[in-house]
Amino acid sequence: MQLGEIFRYTQRSMGFLTFTQEELTAIRLSLRVGVWAMLGSLPVGLIIAMLLARGRFWGRSLLNVAVHLPLVMPPVVTGYLLLILFGRHGALGAFLSDRLGIVFAFRWTGAALASGVMGFPLMVRSMRLSIDAVDRRLEDAAATLGASRIWVWLTVTLPLILPGIVAGMTLSFARALGEFGATITFVSNIPGETQTLPTAIYTFLQVPGGETGALRLTLVSIAISVAALFASEAVAQRATRRSLGF
Amino acid sequence: MLSVSVTHRLGDFILDAAFESEGGLTALFGRSGAGKTSLINAIAGLYRPDKGRIAVDGVVLTDTATGIFVPAHHRRVGYVFQEGRLFPHLNVRQNLVYGRWFAPKATGGGEFDQVVELLGIGHLLSRRPANLSGGEKQRVAIGRALLARPRLLVMDEPLASLDEGRRAEIFPYIERLRDEMRVPIVYVSHSIAEVARLATTLVVLSEGKVAAIGPTAQIMGRIDLFPLTGRAEAGAILATRVAAHDRHFGLTVLKAAAGELRVPRLDLPVGAALRVRIRARDVMIALQPPEGLSALNVLPGIVAEIGAGDGPIVQIRLDCAGEALVARLTRRSVETLGLVPGKQVHAVIKSIAFDHHAFAGATPGTASADAEIAEG
Repeated sequence: MQLGEIFRYTQRSMGFLTFTQEELTAIRLSLRVGVWAMLGSLPVGLIIAMLLARGRFWGRSLLNVAVHLPLVMPPVVTGYLLLILFGRHGALGAFLSDRLGIVFAFRWTGAALASGVMGFPLMVRSMRLSIDAVDRRLEDAAATLGASRIWVWLTVTLPLILPGIVAGMTLSFARALGEFGATITFVSNIPGETQTLPTAIYTFLQVPGGETGALRLTLVSIAISVAALFASEAVAQRATRRSLGF
Repeated sequence: MLSVSVTHRLGDFILDAAFESEGGLTALFGRSGAGKTSLINAIAGLYRPDKGRIAVDGVVLTDTATGIFVPAHHRRVGYVFQEGRLFPHLNVRQNLVYGRWFAPKATGGGEFDQVVELLGIGHLLSRRPANLSGGEKQRVAIGRALLARPRLLVMDEPLASLDEGRRAEIFPYIERLRDEMRVPIVYVSHSIAEVARLATTLVVLSEGKVAAIGPTAQIMGRIDLFPLTGRAEAGAILATRVAAHDRHFGLTVLKAAAGELRVPRLDLPVGAALRVRIRARDVMIALQPPEGLSALNVLPGIVAEIGAGDGPIVQIRLDCAGEALVARLTRRSVETLGLVPGKQVHAVIKSIAFDHHAFAGATPGTASADAEIAEG
């Protein structure tokens, strides 16, 4: 066989793995939405996890229920509530767009918001479990050594709960990649703006001959999830080793 | 100078204790549940007592009357916990310097090396706490507290979680803190052996209240406190010096105000000071100087006090040239011998009674006596 023939043969079979522009856009957008959903909910999630684990205040169980609502409500309901709140004419949406110029409706930012909200309970749960597991006597020990509360948190609490934070971030990212119902309800399914992997796969399946594209994106989706899991496992293992001191 | 007065209610338990101490090692002694840990937690500022005043060297840390409550991290009260509480995510070196970060800057250098050397933990610096033995953990915990430059060190049963061998490993280090570093220490313990060996001042706590306070030897010689100091292990403390060594028989002669004691050979120089604890159950009473008896130690004395109660066992305190010695006899013996306060008697102690429980370590300002002697 000639070298050229081999090349053409390979190219033909690789054809399956050649992405169209539309697919590449969906992949890029999905990654961007996932990362922003994860990073955006990280500080809020950590604060709420601390409050739920340590706080003693009126309305704590109410807050707990509110945080877990996206887990138990139909995603469509969550998406619709987001539309009411953050839509162009929504109570918060109007304020944010007029005052700060932040628009969620029918933008990729809205997809990130919807995904973040859907992954939020998973993130908070994971963090809260690790905060509950912290031996608070270690924090007392740090205080007797002269560390103020903020230093105790930074030098003792935070390193000890790091594995839980990483696990929470992974769950949030994975949930964001898979999020469908709330996203399509809140920001619709606009190619190039709000069309993420799941909505793209759904769209491909609606048109004749779209199965190949759907299958390609499905494989990509699996690959990203598996990679994220492996990465977080590696980071969490290192953090656990550190915090347990092996 | 430490002055503590705390009243605090914890459910059914009421802590209502006050004591003062002039430095050295102050032991808070009592059964579990007597309020020892609650008291030092108040000193360390881990909680705000209902009422109370705590001052160290004139610095008021807590005063509920004037609303002063210095938070724990500003108190500079070093705390050595029973379980060490080393930070698992940091190695030994990082644990040790943790408190130094927040402490006022040192006037001279070399402090780290000095503490590491004092505690013998130089070879552990790069290890993680998970890879340390119990005794090593406690030494690192002591070092960590010391390096935060505390004005006062509180220790909560630092030896309780260790076995006998590891305990013996730590004793000399605590003695060096007391004698060389001159850190005032408040030491919580329910072990009379630890207290006898280490304490300068003894505070006996019972059910949240101070039952007695005073110099260790004086408190341990009080038979009215025996129910609290532990009947079987209770005993008086004699301050002695090594007078001579008897090479032929492998004995050491100790000189106390009460008289001479012969004990199995100790590896100490002549002139070294040593506290000897003589358990009440190891003391016999004779009316005449005994003859034809194998026991080597006979101290003359006067019956000073006969314990109350009508059980079969009676505690007796003897005055041996100004030093207290306590004995545990049956009520029958007391009556047979006709013992009454003021009566001249002789206390008989077998040399074999001086096993390693008996030696309470060097008194402040002298060479440390880590007495580990063979029985027999």
